[in-house]
Amino acid sequence: MTLQTNLPHVETAEDLEKLINENENVMVCCGRMGPMCLPVYDIMDELSSEYENVKFADMLFDTPEAAIIRNHPACASFAGLPFTMYYKNGKVVKATTSIQSMEQVTEILDDKFAK
Amino acid sequence: MENRHFDVIILGGGAAGLTAGIYLSRAKMKTLIVNEGTAGGQMVLTHEIANYPGVESTGGYMLGSTMKNQATSFGAKIFNNSKILSLDLTSDVKSIELARKGKFTSDAFILATGGRSRPLNVPGEDEFKGRGISYCATCDGDFFQDKEIIVVGGGNSALEEAVSLTKYANKVTVVHQFDHFQALEHYIEEAEANEKIEFIMESEIAQFYGDDKLTKVKIENMRTHEFTEMDIDGVFILIGYIPNTELFEEIVELTDRKEIIATRDMETNISGVFAAGDCTAKKYRQVTTAVADGTIAGLAAVEYLSNKK
Repeated sequence: MTLQTNLPHVETAEDLEKLINENENVMVCCGRMGPMCLPVYDIMDELSSEYENVKFADMLFDTPEAAIIRNHPACASFAGLPFTMYYKNGKVVKATTSIQSMEQVTEILDDKFAK
Repeated sequence: MENRHFDVIILGGGAAGLTAGIYLSRAKMKTLIVNEGTAGGQMVLTHEIANYPGVESTGGYMLGSTMKNQATSFGAKIFNNSKILSLDLTSDVKSIELARKGKFTSDAFILATGGRSRPLNVPGEDEFKGRGISYCATCDGDFFQDKEIIVVGGGNSALEEAVSLTKYANKVTVVHQFDHFQALEHYIEEAEANEKIEFIMESEIAQFYGDDKLTKVKIENMRTHEFTEMDIDGVFILIGYIPNTELFEEIVELTDRKEIIATRDMETNISGVFAAGDCTAKKYRQVTTAVADGTIAGLAAVEYLSNKK
């Protein structure tokens, strides 16, 4: 199962491992089709043409495969959707919980994945 | 610069803004909808809409998505997640400057910026957002399976969601600032009959505490001004909405509740500037009333532009 967004979808933990190991900079938003998640998908969709050095993708929160994100230590204190992960060279460099604005997302992208 | 000029720019992409966009673009008006969030507005907060005439039952997201598709299919352009840097509503040719996109002009504006969840504005609230504090029960309720939580508020949404959250939580404590509720009787009866729900009346949360996540709140009794502390896993803040009108505060006439004052034809005090939806002063805030406002504002803007030419 995947989300109904325009973003590339990650369906399995194996897909995610492959994505983050084959690409230097990756942003993955793990959520549902809810009011806190939809704005983040929209922001990522809009930024995907601007940040060509970053791979953007989403993952459905309610799948056993998403345990790779749900159970990540960086998300231990999270209790608000979506869980948004930023990976550099396969490692998590930032994770956020709940809705984020365009400014918050671009600030992280510029800080962690400087062009 | 020509393609940066529109007949009408609509601020807000909720039910009111999208409806105005549908009517304007269908009337061949060059229309831009500027949205600070995602299209759909408050509609997407609603899991199920069962009282929208002509539609038996649908998800709020689906209804918003259909409205957006209707507006774009008739030619309206939509910018989502756009931060407004400056706004000139009073000149004959009006303008808006957006971060990352630049400046756009128009002959008329429709203000349909809606509202947002009202925060408590107490220490710790920002710090624990998403780490125990939530404004959306349908989004985050299942993070509190077998936990103890607080619902802040005493209106329809607060009591309805308090009942709904008992599906997950062991115990739900409703904290409300008054000695009575503002909800409809059946919401009150259902909450009071639920064994998992307790009530702390005439009280407000004064502070949130925790380390990585929320663990405790300080509660003030509004009558005695005594403080107590309570260990808690989560807090849902459901104390209504505030209109998104800060941007127009010194420009457009507002009520003391910061709602835009509009005529029956949705005109504001500024020529060529109309308003619609939850950001306006009105008694009932429903998708249907927002759609009605958007229709009137759209048609009034068409008439305004026709008379101007």
